[in-house]
Amino acid sequence: MTDMPDRPALLTRWRPRGAVWLAAPAVLVLLLALAYPLAIVVVRSFTDPAPGLDNYVWFFQSAVNRTVLQRTFVVAAWVTLVSLICAYPYAYAMTIVGRNLRLALILCVLVPFWLSGVVRTLAWVILLQDSGVINSFLRGLGLPPVKLIRTLPGVVIGMTQVLLPFMILPIYSVMKGIDTRLLQAARSLGAKPWKAFLQIYVPLSLPGVYAGAIIVFILSLGFYITPALLGGPRSILLSSLVQNQVLSLLNWGRGGAMGVVLLVTTFVLLAIAAPLMRQNHSSTRREA
Amino acid sequence: MTASAGAAIEIRKASKRYGAFTALNDIDLHIRPGEFMTLLGPSGSGKTTTLNLIAGFTDISSGTLEIGGKSVTGLPSHKRNIGVVFQHYALFPHMTVGRNVAYPLTLRGIRGEERDRRVKRALDMVKMADFAHRYPNELSGGQQQRVALARALVFDPPLLLMDEPLGALDKKLREWLQLEIKRIHRELGTTFVYVTHDQEEALVLSDRIAVFNGGRIEQIGTGRELYDHPATLFVGRFIGESTVLRGMAETTGDGTTMIIGGQRIFAQGRLPGEARPVILLRPERVGLKRAGADAVTGENRLSGTVTEAIYLGSGSKYEVRLADGTVAVVRSPLGAADFAIGDTVDIAFLPTDLTLLPDDASADVTLT
Amino acid sequence: MPSFPRVLLGLFCLLVAVLLLAPTLVVIPMSFNGNKSLAFPPVGFSWQWYDNFFRNPDWTTSFSNSLIIALIVAVVATVVGTLAAFGVSRAAARTGGLLRALLITPMVVPGVVLAIGIYAVYLDTHLVGTVTGFVLAHTMLAIPFVLIAVQASLEVFDRRLETAAASLGAGRLTVFRTVTLPLILPGILSGALFAFITSFDEIIVALFITSPYLKTLPVQIYTSITRDADPTVAAVGTLLFLATSLIIIAGLLLGMRRART
Repeated sequence: MTDMPDRPALLTRWRPRGAVWLAAPAVLVLLLALAYPLAIVVVRSFTDPAPGLDNYVWFFQSAVNRTVLQRTFVVAAWVTLVSLICAYPYAYAMTIVGRNLRLALILCVLVPFWLSGVVRTLAWVILLQDSGVINSFLRGLGLPPVKLIRTLPGVVIGMTQVLLPFMILPIYSVMKGIDTRLLQAARSLGAKPWKAFLQIYVPLSLPGVYAGAIIVFILSLGFYITPALLGGPRSILLSSLVQNQVLSLLNWGRGGAMGVVLLVTTFVLLAIAAPLMRQNHSSTRREA
Repeated sequence: MTASAGAAIEIRKASKRYGAFTALNDIDLHIRPGEFMTLLGPSGSGKTTTLNLIAGFTDISSGTLEIGGKSVTGLPSHKRNIGVVFQHYALFPHMTVGRNVAYPLTLRGIRGEERDRRVKRALDMVKMADFAHRYPNELSGGQQQRVALARALVFDPPLLLMDEPLGALDKKLREWLQLEIKRIHRELGTTFVYVTHDQEEALVLSDRIAVFNGGRIEQIGTGRELYDHPATLFVGRFIGESTVLRGMAETTGDGTTMIIGGQRIFAQGRLPGEARPVILLRPERVGLKRAGADAVTGENRLSGTVTEAIYLGSGSKYEVRLADGTVAVVRSPLGAADFAIGDTVDIAFLPTDLTLLPDDASADVTLT
Repeated sequence: MPSFPRVLLGLFCLLVAVLLLAPTLVVIPMSFNGNKSLAFPPVGFSWQWYDNFFRNPDWTTSFSNSLIIALIVAVVATVVGTLAAFGVSRAAARTGGLLRALLITPMVVPGVVLAIGIYAVYLDTHLVGTVTGFVLAHTMLAIPFVLIAVQASLEVFDRRLETAAASLGAGRLTVFRTVTLPLILPGILSGALFAFITSFDEIIVALFITSPYLKTLPVQIYTSITRDADPTVAAVGTLLFLATSLIIIAGLLLGMRRART
């Protein structure tokens, strides 16, 4: 924008070259508690018990592992899809309602966002268990009970509820920046309201959708507590398998190989999705 | 852009209310085909509300609105076929300049070569053809506004609405774009309705100007009519510079006399009815003379002291504090006598060079 | 008058809001259960599970452990994270972007992978079941939250104010203390709150590096859910739910007041 005033030259004095070093303590913490531990996992996956690719060969040859890996992806995809369907209209509503209602809607997102995941999973145990809220309700209606806990649908329902805020918040933050006068402009140019919404609003909201979807998908892939408490033997996900190999079987190599597969998948997905999340067209933010 | 005939607009007894607040109070406005009409007024005066009614962004509360001879009440904006240029450009950030301009054509089922040809012609008209592949955020404000103009005109609407389109631009760019808009209006013959709070801009651009105040139209006329013959004190003060004189008034035959700071002023004409008259003076219709000197028969004189003297190149501008405390503005042409701050002077004007208007205390309030 | 799509949207959002909030509310009636069971519906009424939470050493020590660790983490992560936020926003654009990407990786690394790695390291360095171990791991997890919160307020902070203060004769430290810090304080405080909650709620790493001698509250809740149907977890859940809601409501109200002034 040529109308923007140039940054005063004085400011350069306040960009000291050494500023980067302010981040040194944080980087040190990350090296100690993140990089080093992950390096150990990677190393052990190739060396424990013997150097080589044995652990990876084992992982991809075992039918059980492949089933669990596939199931983990399917569950993550379902959770992402269901969250998106719930989140998009909700986030849109947050941008169009009055201030008090918006505050209430934000509260409904933030309380579960910050409430302990264990507590929320506990709530789902109480709801879904055989003697839980849903089944006692069904019994009250004279209907046969439904098996919900330790089933895949139970896991998907619980995970969706726990992860929903991670979908709503990024979508909302992008939608809130969309200039709604663009819709008015589209209509003045001859677009029907729904067409203006689809052709102008939806494309502009996509960075938020991509960001939310990728966060929810990645968190689903690595989710541990909710599937562990709501799932059963037939709904084990990859994280539980890793935990089992390391804590119960003390097999660091195999557990590590699984962990590396999970880690690599996560970062490949992030690398693919990163460009989509960027807002290329910065004029959704209007200059004052 | 074929020279399609512009559409006429006929607004009768239109009001717009938001709950208890009346944004627009019973206005009548007739805009001729091909006319450049400016809606001028301070913020909150109802000019933008009127534009939104014509565009179909809001519904009329009562009254009628016809465009091109047809009532458009209840017709949504996408069916009105009106070009709109917004103050903040409203270009779609995810589309290139070319796709922005093509958008209204695509919506109308115009595709392929025909569409490309018309996009090119519209961009040529605003001198932006070289920028078709850029994104809006790569353009300056002035360039974005020219693209917005091309996009609003590419589908040959018979009517173009502009809502303070130059408000965010600096003075130089604004003046150049004003001339561009004038040229385009001449070439196309489309009806232009232009909203602004800048009276100079209104005078430069318009065939006629409608002056809005407090949800009403105070006066409609050419720039010359509004400047020389304002119908209300508000219009007189809003358009151009002016000095307002107030005093004890009485009618004498075909004239009015007024006592101001102990001095008697005679004005041609009289106001109908009981309204209290005030006198409106234009700075260039007032002369500045040494106290008591150079008397001309029939001339009105008020004595005062020069409190400000500004040399403008094309002449000089003075502020003179009169005996009753009023500060009068005087513009004297090049070659007239020079005065300095502190000089005791007379302001002099003929009974025919002033405008007699009914007093309106609200005119002062709305202007500050 | 709301149109048909608007009504539909409203109903849908109501449903989503219920899905977000209501399931958690079920812990409240369970916490007053007269029986030692998590079966629904609860029978009778009693305060005994709250009583148990405040008296039983399993619960009280795990609660105080969590509180101590989270407070230390809040302080350490806020200092370290705020420094990092300055580093990121004042470094050259490319370096800053890279640094930021690096520092928020803890948010996306799968918890279990991280947990087994940390567990392996801690076994070698005898940090399992120590406060130091918990603080180090939780600080790492909390840094991204502090970084994001502080950076957000640095972004809206007008750097010209610093130049202005300097031109008025303030030294670098005085500028920071009297101009920069007061203006970005809300960001730092919300960063500290995020850090506290991140540590207080953290469970996956905690499950691995916990020991019989040092348990945190989430670990105690988790083991209680898996081991027995003790309604004390429901009492704890209710208390946490109330505390979280109050903090968020207070935060929203504060934010609103700031927006108005």
